[in-house]
Amino acid sequence: MSREPYLLPNGRVLRYSYRERLVHWLAGVSYVYLLLTGLAFWSPWLFWIAVVLGGATISRELHPWFGLAFVIAVVMMDRMWGKQMKETPADKEWWAAVPHYVRNEDEQMPSADRFNPGQKLLFWGFFWNGLLLLLTGLILWFPQHIPWSLRFLRYLAVIVHPVCALLTIGLFIIHVYMGTVIERGAFGSVIRGDVSRAWANRHHHTWYQQLLRDSEARK
Amino acid sequence: MSQVSNEIRRISGHAGSVPGEGFSRDYDVCKLIDTTTCIGCKACEVACLEWNGYSFSETTFDNSYQTMPETSWNYWNLIKFNEHEREDGTMQLLMRKDQCMHCEEPGCLAACPADGAIVQYANGIVDFQQDHCIGCGYCITGCPFNIPKFSPTARKVFKCTLCNDRVTQGLEPACIKSCPTGCLHFGSKTDMKELAENRAAQLREHSGFANAGVYDPAGVGGTHVIYVLHDATNPEAYGGLPKNPTIPVTVRLWKTPLKWLGNLAIIGGLVGVFAHYLRFGPKIVEEDEKDKQGVRQ
Repeated sequence: MSREPYLLPNGRVLRYSYRERLVHWLAGVSYVYLLLTGLAFWSPWLFWIAVVLGGATISRELHPWFGLAFVIAVVMMDRMWGKQMKETPADKEWWAAVPHYVRNEDEQMPSADRFNPGQKLLFWGFFWNGLLLLLTGLILWFPQHIPWSLRFLRYLAVIVHPVCALLTIGLFIIHVYMGTVIERGAFGSVIRGDVSRAWANRHHHTWYQQLLRDSEARK
Repeated sequence: MSQVSNEIRRISGHAGSVPGEGFSRDYDVCKLIDTTTCIGCKACEVACLEWNGYSFSETTFDNSYQTMPETSWNYWNLIKFNEHEREDGTMQLLMRKDQCMHCEEPGCLAACPADGAIVQYANGIVDFQQDHCIGCGYCITGCPFNIPKFSPTARKVFKCTLCNDRVTQGLEPACIKSCPTGCLHFGSKTDMKELAENRAAQLREHSGFANAGVYDPAGVGGTHVIYVLHDATNPEAYGGLPKNPTIPVTVRLWKTPLKWLGNLAIIGGLVGVFAHYLRFGPKIVEEDEKDKQGVRQ
């Protein structure tokens, strides 16, 4: 992995590169469209969303294409972050201490690397559900081409697709909540890319220390 | 409502019996198909095309009399020809007019997410409204009879309407009108059921078809198209007529328990994060000197 200058001259820390931010928002924008149109098809009470977005026929046409865009983003994320998202033995400790995290007692949390185990769960949740959503989505894209003798594929798809979507909605709610209102500074990191040193030290201590060591070594 | 669509009781200045007397027409309509008197002439196929304004298109030859392998978006009425070998080794040519069954509990309607795209009328006719159809094809999955078909040009789904346009005007469906042998009947469900049961009894008692019976599957709440079959114990032999059709179990799971669970979970999640914010608030980190050295605080 190419090392970017993570310690910025202005005293801040580069958390996400331009490429990482672009890929994140490819995923983010496509997911929000998928979520809104998906919810419109999910419940008659939310069908109005499709009307607002230009009509349900257009939503039905575009939903699969946005799905492909989302999958492309997830695959790119896997290539960028796959290694850093690997589970480590220390993750267990972090999960054991997670009630402290919920109560904002961050000083009692085990030190986290670039991604903490909660972020890893988010990533792999989106990765595996995304894969299942893609496979079932392809069936739902072209139900007319599934021969009658293979109709069980359609029966499977109509239940697996919403179940996986619901699981991602759960992850999405927590992700957006934490990334905007809870972790002050996190939203800026995925827009402009940088965070304060205090933020990096507090939330991703292991990663931050590695950055400091790397920066010493370069001097 | 126009006069012709009403059931007539008396007619002024009219000699003889009242047309349709003793039969109810308007509510709970039903098409009866007596497969035992069908000769496979396909007049119903042609009448269906003509009335609904479709022209004949190229098809595939399957070494049988059957016009095409299955119904299509612009070919709603298809006689299925099946060579059936009986236990005694003799051959029987089974002919069954396949079309929408107009289920009392339609799987297509249950699966459809588009407001107003599928309508079930009080008389039992299940009709697709293409101007509301979004072309998602969920109805294809919901149907246990393989009837709704996607039009690649219109990008919407089509199927037999039971000639809703004719029936509302007091006419019988086009296929019924064209049948030369009288194997097709149209009337109220009660009347058709009685006619069908009588015919089945006749087949059992006088024609040597011990298993003759009526096909009106309970799994979809009964249908508004019913069959008389020589062998009601083996409907599969008639071009794959399902023995006990139901709305697919995953469609039912998706449309009821999962929908409720999912809605509760989403609302619960939103309420949960809001409550969390009220209780704990944001994580704010203040900068100080120790952070520059990476000392854990």
